[in-house]
Amino acid sequence: MKQLTIISGKGGTGKTTITAAFASLAKNAVFADCDVDAADLHLILKPNVKKEMKFNGLKIASINKEKCTECKKCYENCKFEAIDEDINITKESCEGCGVCELVCPVDAIQMVDRESGFSYNSETRFGPMAHAMLKTAEEASGKLVTVVRNNAKKLAEEKNKDLILIDGPPGIGCPVISSISGVDLVLIVTEPTLSAIHDLERIFGVANHFKIPAIVCINKFDINLDNTLKIEKYCKSNGIDIVGTLPYDVIVTKSMIHEKTIIEYKEKDFSNLIIKLWENIRRRLDT
Amino acid sequence: MIISVASGKGGTGKTTVATNLALSIGKNQFLDCDVEEPNANIFINAKINKKEDISLSIPNIDKEKCNYCRKCSDFCAYNALAVVGLNVLVFPELCHSCGGCGLVCPKDAINWDNRIIGKIEHGKSKDIDFYQGILNIGEMQAVPVIKALKRKIGKNKNVIIDVPPGTSCPVIESINSSDYCILVTEPTPFGLHDLKLAVEVVRHLNISFGVIINRDGIGDNKVETFCKSENIPILLKIPERKKIANLYSKGVALVNEAFEWHEMFGMVFENILEEVKK
Repeated sequence: MKQLTIISGKGGTGKTTITAAFASLAKNAVFADCDVDAADLHLILKPNVKKEMKFNGLKIASINKEKCTECKKCYENCKFEAIDEDINITKESCEGCGVCELVCPVDAIQMVDRESGFSYNSETRFGPMAHAMLKTAEEASGKLVTVVRNNAKKLAEEKNKDLILIDGPPGIGCPVISSISGVDLVLIVTEPTLSAIHDLERIFGVANHFKIPAIVCINKFDINLDNTLKIEKYCKSNGIDIVGTLPYDVIVTKSMIHEKTIIEYKEKDFSNLIIKLWENIRRRLDT
Repeated sequence: MIISVASGKGGTGKTTVATNLALSIGKNQFLDCDVEEPNANIFINAKINKKEDISLSIPNIDKEKCNYCRKCSDFCAYNALAVVGLNVLVFPELCHSCGGCGLVCPKDAINWDNRIIGKIEHGKSKDIDFYQGILNIGEMQAVPVIKALKRKIGKNKNVIIDVPPGTSCPVIESINSSDYCILVTEPTPFGLHDLKLAVEVVRHLNISFGVIINRDGIGDNKVETFCKSENIPILLKIPERKKIANLYSKGVALVNEAFEWHEMFGMVFENILEEVKK
Protein backbone atom coordinates (compact mmCIF):
# COMPACT_ATOMS: atom_id res chain seq x y z
CA MET A 1 0.00 0.00 0.00
CA LYS A 2 1.34 3.45 -0.96
CA GLN A 3 0.72 6.80 0.67
CA LEU A 4 0.82 10.21 -1.01
CA THR A 5 0.41 13.52 0.87
CA ILE A 6 -0.41 16.79 -0.85
CA ILE A 7 1.11 19.79 0.93
CA SER A 8 2.13 23.35 0.10
CA GLY A 9 3.60 25.29 3.01
CA LYS A 10 1.54 28.32 2.00
CA GLY A 11 -2.22 27.96 2.23
CA GLY A 12 -4.60 28.46 -0.68
CA THR A 13 -2.34 27.23 -3.47
CA GLY A 14 -4.82 24.51 -4.50
CA LYS A 15 -4.08 21.43 -2.35
CA THR A 16 -7.70 20.42 -1.78
CA THR A 17 -8.85 21.14 -5.34
CA ILE A 18 -6.07 18.93 -6.68
CA THR A 19 -6.64 16.19 -4.07
CA ALA A 20 -10.35 16.09 -4.96
CA ALA A 21 -9.52 15.86 -8.67
CA PHE A 22 -7.12 12.98 -7.96
CA ALA A 23 -9.86 11.27 -5.94
CA SER A 24 -11.98 11.01 -9.06
CA LEU A 25 -9.03 9.55 -10.99
CA ALA A 26 -7.50 7.15 -8.45
CA LYS A 27 -8.84 3.67 -9.13
CA ASN A 28 -8.41 1.93 -5.80
CA ALA A 29 -7.74 4.47 -3.05
CA VAL A 30 -8.76 5.69 0.41
CA PHE A 31 -8.90 9.46 0.97
CA ALA A 32 -7.78 11.14 4.17
CA ASP A 33 -8.39 14.80 5.03
CA CYS A 34 -5.56 15.66 7.40
CA ASP A 35 -6.24 19.40 7.40
CA VAL A 36 -8.27 18.84 10.56
CA ASP A 37 -8.16 22.54 11.53
CA ALA A 38 -10.02 23.76 8.48
CA ALA A 39 -11.11 20.67 6.58
CA ASP A 40 -12.63 21.35 3.14
CA LEU A 41 -12.27 18.12 1.17
CA HIS A 42 -15.68 16.92 2.39
CA LEU A 43 -17.34 19.88 0.66
CA ILE A 44 -16.47 18.26 -2.69
CA LEU A 45 -16.37 14.55 -1.85
CA LYS A 46 -19.59 14.74 0.25
CA PRO A 47 -18.86 11.77 2.50
CA ASN A 48 -21.60 9.64 3.91
CA VAL A 49 -20.51 9.05 7.51
CA LYS A 50 -20.50 5.34 8.45
CA LYS A 51 -18.72 5.55 11.77
CA GLU A 52 -18.19 8.42 14.21
CA MET A 53 -15.50 8.15 16.89
CA LYS A 54 -14.85 10.51 19.80
CA PHE A 55 -11.45 12.12 19.91
CA ASN A 56 -9.86 12.97 23.24
CA GLY A 57 -6.86 15.23 22.82
CA LEU A 58 -4.56 16.02 25.69
CA LYS A 59 -6.09 15.95 29.18
CA ILE A 60 -7.08 19.09 31.02
CA ALA A 61 -6.73 20.11 34.67
CA SER A 62 -9.90 20.33 36.72
CA ILE A 63 -9.72 22.08 40.10
CA ASN A 64 -11.91 21.20 43.06
CA LYS A 65 -12.29 24.62 44.69
CA GLU A 66 -13.63 23.11 47.91
CA LYS A 67 -10.44 21.16 48.52
CA CYS A 68 -8.13 23.92 47.25
CA THR A 69 -6.19 25.77 49.97
CA GLU A 70 -4.82 28.36 47.54
CA CYS A 71 -1.20 27.44 48.31
CA LYS A 72 -0.44 28.49 44.69
CA LYS A 73 1.96 25.60 44.07
CA CYS A 74 0.09 24.80 40.84
CA TYR A 75 0.28 28.43 39.74
CA GLU A 76 4.01 28.55 40.47
CA ASN A 77 4.79 25.31 38.63
CA CYS A 78 2.62 25.69 35.52
CA LYS A 79 4.93 26.46 32.59
CA PHE A 80 2.05 27.36 30.29
CA GLU A 81 0.53 30.23 32.29
CA ALA A 82 -2.69 28.21 32.30
CA ILE A 83 -3.43 28.83 36.00
CA ASP A 84 -3.73 32.37 37.33
CA GLU A 85 -3.01 33.61 40.85
CA ASP A 86 -6.63 33.12 41.88
CA ILE A 87 -6.30 29.47 40.79
CA ASN A 88 -8.51 29.65 37.72
CA ILE A 89 -7.69 27.60 34.65
CA THR A 90 -7.43 29.07 31.18
CA LYS A 91 -8.62 26.11 29.15
CA GLU A 92 -6.98 27.28 25.91
CA SER A 93 -3.55 27.47 27.54
CA CYS A 94 -3.56 24.12 29.38
CA GLU A 95 -1.36 21.59 27.56
CA GLY A 96 -2.37 18.69 29.78
CA CYS A 97 1.05 17.95 31.27
CA GLY A 98 -0.27 17.04 34.75
CA VAL A 99 2.30 19.02 36.75
CA CYS A 100 -0.41 20.86 38.73
CA GLU A 101 -2.02 17.57 39.73
CA LEU A 102 1.41 16.32 40.79
CA VAL A 103 2.35 19.30 42.97
CA CYS A 104 -1.05 19.86 44.61
CA PRO A 105 -0.61 18.89 48.27
CA VAL A 106 -4.34 18.38 48.93
CA ASP A 107 -5.36 16.42 45.81
CA ALA A 108 -7.59 19.22 44.63
CA ILE A 109 -6.58 18.85 40.97
CA GLN A 110 -7.44 16.04 38.63
CA MET A 111 -6.48 15.60 35.01
CA VAL A 112 -9.64 14.79 33.07
CA ASP A 113 -10.36 13.85 29.45
CA ARG A 114 -11.38 16.64 27.13
CA GLU A 115 -13.63 15.92 24.20
CA SER A 116 -11.62 17.60 21.50
CA GLY A 117 -13.52 16.46 18.44
CA PHE A 118 -14.53 13.52 16.31
CA SER A 119 -12.99 11.33 13.66
CA TYR A 120 -15.10 9.74 10.95
CA ASN A 121 -14.96 6.82 8.56
CA SER A 122 -17.11 7.49 5.53
CA GLU A 123 -18.02 6.43 2.01
CA THR A 124 -17.81 8.75 -0.99
CA ARG A 125 -18.70 8.31 -4.66
CA PHE A 126 -15.00 7.61 -5.28
CA GLY A 127 -14.19 5.34 -2.35
CA PRO A 128 -13.76 5.31 1.43
CA MET A 129 -12.70 8.44 3.28
CA ALA A 130 -11.23 9.15 6.74
CA HIS A 131 -11.70 12.64 8.12
CA ALA A 132 -12.22 14.54 11.35
CA MET A 133 -13.56 17.59 13.09
CA LEU A 134 -11.65 19.47 15.77
CA LYS A 135 -13.86 21.40 18.17
CA THR A 136 -13.49 25.16 18.45
CA ALA A 137 -10.29 26.28 20.16
CA GLU A 138 -9.09 22.75 20.88
CA GLU A 139 -5.46 21.64 20.81
CA ALA A 140 -3.71 18.50 19.63
CA SER A 141 -4.43 18.73 15.93
CA GLY A 142 -1.24 16.71 15.30
CA LYS A 143 -2.60 13.89 17.42
CA LEU A 144 -5.92 13.98 15.52
CA VAL A 145 -4.04 13.82 12.20
CA THR A 146 -2.41 10.61 13.44
CA VAL A 147 -5.86 9.22 14.34
CA VAL A 148 -7.18 10.03 10.83
CA ARG A 149 -4.16 8.39 9.22
CA ASN A 150 -4.56 5.24 11.32
CA ASN A 151 -8.25 5.11 10.42
CA ALA A 152 -7.38 5.47 6.73
CA LYS A 153 -4.82 2.69 6.99
CA LYS A 154 -7.36 0.34 8.56
CA LEU A 155 -9.93 1.21 5.90
CA ALA A 156 -7.38 0.49 3.17
CA GLU A 157 -6.52 -2.87 4.70
CA GLU A 158 -10.15 -3.88 5.18
CA LYS A 159 -11.14 -2.88 1.67
CA ASN A 160 -7.99 -3.98 -0.12
CA LYS A 161 -7.08 -0.52 -1.35
CA ASP A 162 -3.57 0.08 -2.63
CA LEU A 163 -3.27 3.85 -2.11
CA ILE A 164 -3.97 6.42 0.61
CA LEU A 165 -4.38 9.93 -0.78
CA ILE A 166 -3.82 12.51 1.98
CA ASP A 167 -4.88 16.17 1.85
CA GLY A 168 -2.39 17.92 4.14
CA PRO A 169 -2.61 21.15 6.14
CA PRO A 170 -0.70 24.37 5.39
CA GLY A 171 2.43 25.29 7.39
CA ILE A 172 5.44 23.24 8.43
CA GLY A 173 4.71 22.42 12.10
CA CYS A 174 3.12 19.65 14.12
CA PRO A 175 0.05 18.72 11.98
CA VAL A 176 2.13 18.87 8.78
CA ILE A 177 4.83 16.62 10.19
CA SER A 178 2.15 14.18 11.37
CA SER A 179 0.62 14.24 7.87
CA ILE A 180 3.82 13.36 6.02
CA SER A 181 5.72 11.08 8.40
CA GLY A 182 6.28 7.70 6.79
CA VAL A 183 4.52 8.42 3.47
CA ASP A 184 6.04 7.29 0.16
CA LEU A 185 5.82 10.62 -1.64
CA VAL A 186 4.75 14.21 -1.07
CA LEU A 187 3.39 16.46 -3.78
CA ILE A 188 4.11 20.12 -3.06
CA VAL A 189 1.59 22.43 -4.74
CA THR A 190 3.06 25.88 -5.25
CA GLU A 191 2.28 29.05 -7.21
CA PRO A 192 4.53 31.70 -8.74
CA THR A 193 4.28 34.29 -5.95
CA LEU A 194 7.23 35.33 -3.79
CA SER A 195 5.35 34.17 -0.69
CA ALA A 196 4.68 30.72 -2.10
CA ILE A 197 8.27 30.35 -3.30
CA HIS A 198 9.55 31.24 0.18
CA ASP A 199 7.14 28.69 1.67
CA LEU A 200 8.06 26.05 -0.92
CA GLU A 201 11.69 26.27 0.18
CA ARG A 202 10.69 25.74 3.83
CA ILE A 203 8.28 22.85 3.24
CA PHE A 204 10.80 21.16 0.95
CA GLY A 205 13.27 21.52 3.84
CA VAL A 206 10.84 19.65 6.09
CA ALA A 207 10.34 16.82 3.57
CA ASN A 208 14.10 16.59 3.20
CA HIS A 209 14.60 16.62 6.98
CA PHE A 210 12.36 13.56 7.28
CA LYS A 211 13.87 12.00 4.13
CA ILE A 212 10.58 11.85 2.23
CA PRO A 213 10.77 12.12 -1.58
CA ALA A 214 9.09 15.28 -2.88
CA ILE A 215 7.80 16.41 -6.26
CA VAL A 216 6.33 19.76 -7.26
CA CYS A 217 3.31 21.00 -9.19
CA ILE A 218 3.14 24.68 -10.17
CA ASN A 219 -0.43 25.94 -10.02
CA LYS A 220 -1.53 29.20 -11.73
CA PHE A 221 1.87 29.22 -13.46
CA ASP A 222 0.79 32.02 -15.82
CA ILE A 223 0.10 34.69 -13.17
CA ASN A 224 3.81 35.52 -13.08
CA LEU A 225 6.07 33.83 -15.61
CA ASP A 226 9.27 35.29 -14.13
CA ASN A 227 8.46 33.65 -10.82
CA THR A 228 7.55 30.37 -12.52
CA LEU A 229 11.03 30.45 -13.99
CA LYS A 230 12.43 31.02 -10.50
CA ILE A 231 10.58 27.96 -9.20
CA GLU A 232 11.88 25.87 -12.10
CA LYS A 233 15.44 26.99 -11.37
CA TYR A 234 15.06 26.29 -7.65
CA CYS A 235 13.67 22.82 -8.30
CA LYS A 236 16.39 22.00 -10.80
CA SER A 237 19.19 23.01 -8.48
CA ASN A 238 17.65 20.97 -5.65
CA GLY A 239 16.93 17.91 -7.75
CA ILE A 240 13.14 18.17 -7.39
CA ASP A 241 11.04 17.03 -10.34
CA ILE A 242 8.21 19.27 -11.53
CA VAL A 243 5.46 16.84 -12.47
CA GLY A 244 2.98 19.33 -13.83
CA THR A 245 2.07 22.96 -14.39
CA LEU A 246 -1.51 24.24 -14.35
CA PRO A 247 -2.74 27.60 -15.67
CA TYR A 248 -4.97 30.02 -13.76
CA ASP A 249 -8.54 29.12 -14.68
CA VAL A 250 -11.93 30.23 -13.36
CA ILE A 251 -13.11 26.65 -13.81
CA VAL A 252 -11.44 25.86 -10.47
CA THR A 253 -13.82 28.14 -8.57
CA LYS A 254 -16.78 27.20 -10.77
CA SER A 255 -16.41 23.49 -10.13
CA MET A 256 -16.03 24.19 -6.39
CA ILE A 257 -19.27 26.15 -6.36
CA HIS A 258 -20.98 23.21 -8.07
CA GLU A 259 -19.45 20.89 -5.45
CA LYS A 260 -17.78 18.84 -8.13
CA THR A 261 -14.21 17.82 -8.83
CA ILE A 262 -12.58 19.50 -11.81
CA ILE A 263 -12.64 16.16 -13.63
CA GLU A 264 -16.40 15.78 -13.09
CA TYR A 265 -17.08 19.36 -14.09
CA LYS A 266 -15.81 18.44 -17.55
CA GLU A 267 -13.81 21.07 -19.22
CA LYS A 268 -11.51 19.18 -21.47
CA ASP A 269 -8.28 21.17 -21.56
CA PHE A 270 -7.93 21.63 -17.84
CA SER A 271 -9.05 18.09 -17.03
CA ASN A 272 -6.48 16.69 -19.43
CA LEU A 273 -3.71 18.55 -17.64
CA ILE A 274 -4.81 17.08 -14.31
CA ILE A 275 -5.07 13.59 -15.82
CA LYS A 276 -1.53 13.90 -17.14
CA LEU A 277 -0.34 15.15 -13.77
CA TRP A 278 -2.01 12.22 -12.04
CA GLU A 279 -0.54 9.66 -14.47
CA ASN A 280 2.88 11.14 -13.84
CA ILE A 281 2.48 10.78 -10.07
CA ARG A 282 0.93 7.31 -10.32
CA ARG A 283 3.96 6.11 -12.27
CA ARG A 284 6.28 7.40 -9.56
CA LEU A 285 4.27 5.71 -6.85
CA ASP A 286 4.38 2.40 -8.67
CA THR A 287 8.13 2.35 -9.17
CA MET B 1 -5.16 48.80 20.17
CA ILE B 2 -4.29 45.30 19.00
CA ILE B 3 -5.79 44.13 15.69
CA SER B 4 -5.22 40.56 14.57
CA VAL B 5 -5.81 39.37 11.00
CA ALA B 6 -6.95 35.75 10.72
CA SER B 7 -8.88 33.52 8.32
CA GLY B 8 -9.26 29.80 8.98
CA LYS B 9 -8.54 28.96 5.35
CA GLY B 10 -5.02 29.58 4.13
CA GLY B 11 -4.23 31.79 1.17
CA THR B 12 -7.28 34.06 1.44
CA GLY B 13 -5.23 37.24 1.85
CA LYS B 14 -4.37 37.61 5.55
CA THR B 15 -0.90 38.89 4.83
CA THR B 16 -2.20 41.23 2.12
CA VAL B 17 -4.67 42.78 4.56
CA ALA B 18 -2.29 42.88 7.54
CA THR B 19 0.59 44.48 5.64
CA ASN B 20 -1.52 47.03 3.75
CA LEU B 21 -3.26 48.01 6.97
CA ALA B 22 0.07 48.46 8.73
CA LEU B 23 1.36 50.60 5.86
CA SER B 24 -1.72 52.86 6.04
CA ILE B 25 -2.13 53.82 9.69
CA GLY B 26 1.00 55.66 10.79
CA LYS B 27 3.15 54.36 13.60
CA ASN B 28 2.55 50.75 14.57
CA GLN B 29 4.07 47.52 15.71
CA PHE B 30 3.72 44.57 13.34
CA LEU B 31 3.94 40.95 14.51
CA ASP B 32 4.11 38.16 11.94
CA CYS B 33 2.82 35.27 14.05
CA ASP B 34 2.66 32.87 11.08
CA VAL B 35 5.96 31.48 12.34
CA GLU B 36 5.68 28.35 10.19
CA GLU B 37 5.54 30.35 6.98
CA PRO B 38 6.26 34.04 7.70
CA ASN B 39 5.76 36.14 4.56
CA ALA B 40 4.85 39.64 5.74
CA ASN B 41 8.33 41.05 5.37
CA ILE B 42 8.25 40.35 1.64
CA PHE B 43 5.79 43.30 1.55
CA ILE B 44 7.08 45.42 4.43
CA ASN B 45 10.80 45.19 3.66
CA ALA B 46 12.01 45.92 7.16
CA LYS B 47 15.76 45.74 7.52
CA ILE B 48 16.32 43.04 10.14
CA ASN B 49 18.84 44.23 12.70
CA LYS B 50 18.17 42.08 15.74
CA LYS B 51 17.80 38.32 16.14
CA GLU B 52 16.95 36.38 19.23
CA ASP B 53 16.94 32.59 19.58
CA ILE B 54 13.89 30.94 21.12
CA SER B 55 14.64 27.81 23.06
CA LEU B 56 12.92 25.21 25.17
CA SER B 57 14.31 23.36 28.19
CA ILE B 58 14.81 19.69 27.40
CA PRO B 59 15.67 17.04 30.00
CA ASN B 60 19.17 15.62 30.03
CA ILE B 61 19.44 12.45 32.12
CA ASP B 62 22.38 12.08 34.49
CA LYS B 63 23.18 8.39 34.06
CA GLU B 64 25.23 8.26 37.23
CA LYS B 65 22.22 9.18 39.31
CA CYS B 66 19.39 7.54 37.30
CA ASN B 67 18.03 4.25 38.70
CA TYR B 68 15.72 3.58 35.70
CA CYS B 69 12.59 3.65 37.86
CA ARG B 70 10.53 4.90 34.86
CA LYS B 71 8.72 7.54 36.91
CA CYS B 72 9.69 10.21 34.37
CA SER B 73 8.53 8.25 31.33
CA ASP B 74 5.31 7.20 33.08
CA PHE B 75 4.56 10.82 33.93
CA CYS B 76 5.35 12.40 30.55
CA ALA B 77 2.06 13.16 28.76
CA TYR B 78 3.86 13.66 25.45
CA ASN B 79 5.82 10.38 25.19
CA ALA B 80 9.01 12.38 25.09
CA LEU B 81 10.82 9.97 27.42
CA ALA B 82 11.25 6.20 27.20
CA VAL B 83 13.22 3.86 29.44
CA VAL B 84 14.63 0.97 27.46
CA GLY B 85 16.74 -1.40 29.54
CA LEU B 86 19.48 0.66 31.12
CA ASN B 87 18.94 3.62 28.88
CA VAL B 88 16.61 6.64 28.99
CA LEU B 89 15.71 7.91 25.55
CA VAL B 90 14.73 11.58 25.20
CA PHE B 91 12.73 12.70 22.14
CA PRO B 92 13.37 16.44 22.18
CA GLU B 93 10.87 17.44 19.48
CA LEU B 94 8.03 15.89 21.50
CA CYS B 95 8.96 17.59 24.80
CA HIS B 96 6.73 20.51 25.88
CA SER B 97 9.12 21.58 28.66
CA CYS B 98 6.52 21.19 31.40
CA GLY B 99 9.19 20.25 33.94
CA GLY B 100 7.20 17.29 35.22
CA CYS B 101 9.96 14.69 34.79
CA GLY B 102 12.27 16.77 36.95
CA LEU B 103 9.63 16.96 39.67
CA VAL B 104 8.86 13.22 39.77
CA CYS B 105 12.47 12.01 39.59
CA PRO B 106 13.40 10.61 43.02
CA LYS B 107 17.14 10.69 42.30
CA ASP B 108 17.46 14.27 41.10
CA ALA B 109 18.89 12.82 37.88
CA ILE B 110 17.38 15.34 35.48
CA ASN B 111 19.32 18.34 34.26
CA TRP B 112 18.08 20.80 31.66
CA ASP B 113 19.54 21.66 28.29
CA ASN B 114 18.46 24.52 26.09
CA ARG B 115 17.27 23.52 22.66
CA ILE B 116 16.76 26.21 20.05
CA ILE B 117 13.49 25.76 18.13
CA GLY B 118 13.29 29.05 16.30
CA LYS B 119 14.01 32.74 16.44
CA ILE B 120 12.50 36.18 16.58
CA GLU B 121 13.70 38.91 14.27
CA HIS B 122 13.23 42.64 14.63
CA GLY B 123 13.65 45.50 12.21
CA LYS B 124 12.23 48.85 11.14
CA SER B 125 10.59 50.13 8.00
CA LYS B 126 9.42 53.75 8.08
CA ASP B 127 6.53 53.81 10.57
CA ILE B 128 6.55 50.10 11.25
CA ASP B 129 8.30 48.45 14.16
CA PHE B 130 8.50 44.99 12.65
CA TYR B 131 8.78 41.62 14.40
CA GLN B 132 8.62 38.13 12.94
CA GLY B 133 8.92 34.66 14.42
CA ILE B 134 10.55 31.83 12.48
CA LEU B 135 10.10 28.20 13.47
CA ASN B 136 13.09 26.05 12.57
CA ILE B 137 12.63 23.38 9.88
CA GLY B 138 11.59 20.04 11.39
CA GLU B 139 10.28 21.55 14.63
CA MET B 140 6.75 20.70 15.77
CA GLN B 141 5.83 23.47 18.18
CA ALA B 142 4.95 26.92 16.89
CA VAL B 143 3.31 28.10 20.12
CA PRO B 144 6.46 28.89 22.17
CA VAL B 145 7.76 31.07 19.32
CA ILE B 146 4.41 32.88 19.07
CA LYS B 147 4.34 33.40 22.85
CA ALA B 148 7.81 34.95 22.77
CA LEU B 149 6.74 37.17 19.88
CA LYS B 150 3.68 38.41 21.73
CA ARG B 151 5.81 39.47 24.70
CA LYS B 152 7.19 42.16 22.37
CA ILE B 153 3.86 43.99 22.33
CA GLY B 154 4.39 47.47 23.81
CA LYS B 155 1.89 49.33 25.95
CA ASN B 156 -0.53 51.73 24.28
CA LYS B 157 0.68 50.98 20.80
CA ASN B 158 -1.19 50.18 17.66
CA VAL B 159 -0.34 46.58 16.91
CA ILE B 160 -1.14 44.54 13.79
CA ILE B 161 -0.85 40.76 14.07
CA ASP B 162 -0.62 38.46 11.05
CA VAL B 163 -2.14 35.17 12.25
CA PRO B 164 -1.36 31.67 10.85
CA PRO B 165 -4.13 29.76 9.02
CA GLY B 166 -6.27 27.17 10.81
CA THR B 167 -8.23 27.24 14.06
CA SER B 168 -6.10 25.40 16.63
CA CYS B 169 -3.39 26.23 19.16
CA PRO B 170 -1.12 28.57 17.14
CA VAL B 171 -4.17 30.55 16.00
CA ILE B 172 -5.63 30.89 19.50
CA GLU B 173 -2.25 31.96 20.87
CA SER B 174 -1.90 34.61 18.14
CA ILE B 175 -5.41 36.07 18.44
CA ASN B 176 -5.82 35.95 22.20
CA SER B 177 -5.97 39.37 23.93
CA SER B 178 -6.58 41.25 20.66
CA ASP B 179 -9.02 44.15 20.80
CA TYR B 180 -10.33 43.34 17.35
CA CYS B 181 -9.97 40.58 14.81
CA ILE B 182 -10.31 40.95 11.03
CA LEU B 183 -11.34 37.71 9.33
CA VAL B 184 -10.26 37.56 5.70
CA THR B 185 -12.17 35.26 3.38
CA GLU B 186 -12.96 34.68 -0.26
CA PRO B 187 -16.44 34.21 -1.76
CA THR B 188 -16.16 30.47 -2.41
CA PRO B 189 -17.54 27.38 -0.63
CA PHE B 190 -14.14 26.70 0.97
CA GLY B 191 -13.83 30.33 2.03
CA LEU B 192 -17.30 30.36 3.58
CA HIS B 193 -16.88 27.03 5.37
CA ASP B 194 -13.59 28.09 6.97
CA LEU B 195 -14.93 31.57 7.74
CA LYS B 196 -17.66 29.95 9.83
CA LEU B 197 -15.00 28.03 11.79
CA ALA B 198 -13.00 31.22 12.33
CA VAL B 199 -16.15 33.04 13.51
CA GLU B 200 -16.67 30.31 16.13
CA VAL B 201 -13.11 30.82 17.36
CA VAL B 202 -13.34 34.61 17.77
CA ARG B 203 -16.76 34.35 19.37
CA HIS B 204 -15.39 31.72 21.76
CA LEU B 205 -12.58 34.11 22.69
CA ASN B 206 -15.04 37.01 22.99
CA ILE B 207 -13.24 39.28 20.55
CA SER B 208 -15.18 41.71 18.37
CA PHE B 209 -14.59 41.15 14.69
CA GLY B 210 -15.45 42.01 11.10
CA VAL B 211 -14.89 40.46 7.69
CA ILE B 212 -12.87 41.48 4.64
CA ILE B 213 -13.81 39.73 1.40
CA ASN B 214 -10.85 39.21 -0.88
CA ARG B 215 -11.04 38.23 -4.56
CA ASP B 216 -14.57 39.65 -4.60
CA GLY B 217 -16.39 38.54 -7.73
CA ILE B 218 -14.80 35.14 -8.31
CA GLY B 219 -17.46 33.04 -6.64
CA ASP B 220 -20.97 33.42 -5.28
CA ASN B 221 -22.60 35.75 -2.74
CA LYS B 222 -23.05 33.25 0.08
CA VAL B 223 -20.35 34.84 2.23
CA GLU B 224 -22.21 38.16 2.14
CA THR B 225 -25.53 36.49 2.90
CA PHE B 226 -23.93 34.71 5.83
CA CYS B 227 -22.41 37.93 7.20
CA LYS B 228 -25.73 39.76 6.89
CA SER B 229 -27.69 37.05 8.64
CA GLU B 230 -25.14 36.94 11.46
CA ASN B 231 -24.84 40.73 11.71
CA ILE B 232 -21.14 40.63 10.95
CA PRO B 233 -19.82 43.88 9.46
CA ILE B 234 -18.08 43.65 6.08
CA LEU B 235 -15.18 46.07 6.42
CA LEU B 236 -13.90 45.96 2.86
CA LYS B 237 -14.12 44.09 -0.42
CA ILE B 238 -10.98 43.64 -2.47
CA PRO B 239 -11.94 42.84 -6.08
CA GLU B 240 -10.52 39.95 -8.09
CA ARG B 241 -8.13 41.68 -10.49
CA LYS B 242 -5.19 40.35 -12.42
CA LYS B 243 -3.29 43.51 -11.52
CA ILE B 244 -3.74 42.85 -7.78
CA ALA B 245 -2.71 39.19 -8.10
CA ASN B 246 0.33 40.26 -10.07
CA LEU B 247 1.40 42.85 -7.48
CA TYR B 248 1.03 40.22 -4.77
CA SER B 249 3.10 37.73 -6.74
CA LYS B 250 5.93 40.28 -6.95
CA GLY B 251 5.78 41.14 -3.26
CA VAL B 252 4.46 44.68 -3.79
CA ALA B 253 1.92 46.08 -1.31
CA LEU B 254 -1.26 47.53 -2.85
CA VAL B 255 -0.92 50.80 -0.96
CA ASN B 256 2.50 51.39 -2.49
CA GLU B 257 1.01 51.16 -5.97
CA ALA B 258 -2.21 53.17 -5.73
CA PHE B 259 -3.07 55.80 -3.15
CA GLU B 260 -6.77 54.88 -3.12
CA TRP B 261 -5.86 51.68 -1.27
CA HIS B 262 -4.05 53.74 1.32
CA GLU B 263 -7.29 55.64 1.94
CA MET B 264 -9.42 52.51 1.99
CA PHE B 265 -7.28 50.72 4.55
CA GLY B 266 -7.11 53.93 6.57
CA MET B 267 -10.93 53.95 6.60
CA VAL B 268 -11.03 50.33 7.71
CA PHE B 269 -8.79 51.29 10.64
CA GLU B 270 -10.97 54.29 11.56
CA ASN B 271 -14.08 52.12 11.50
CA ILE B 272 -12.46 49.53 13.73
CA LEU B 273 -11.35 52.24 16.20
CA GLU B 274 -14.94 53.45 16.47
CA GLU B 275 -16.29 49.93 16.85
CA VAL B 276 -13.85 49.12 19.66
CA LYS B 277 -14.63 52.36 21.52
CA LYS B 278 -18.31 51.43 21.70
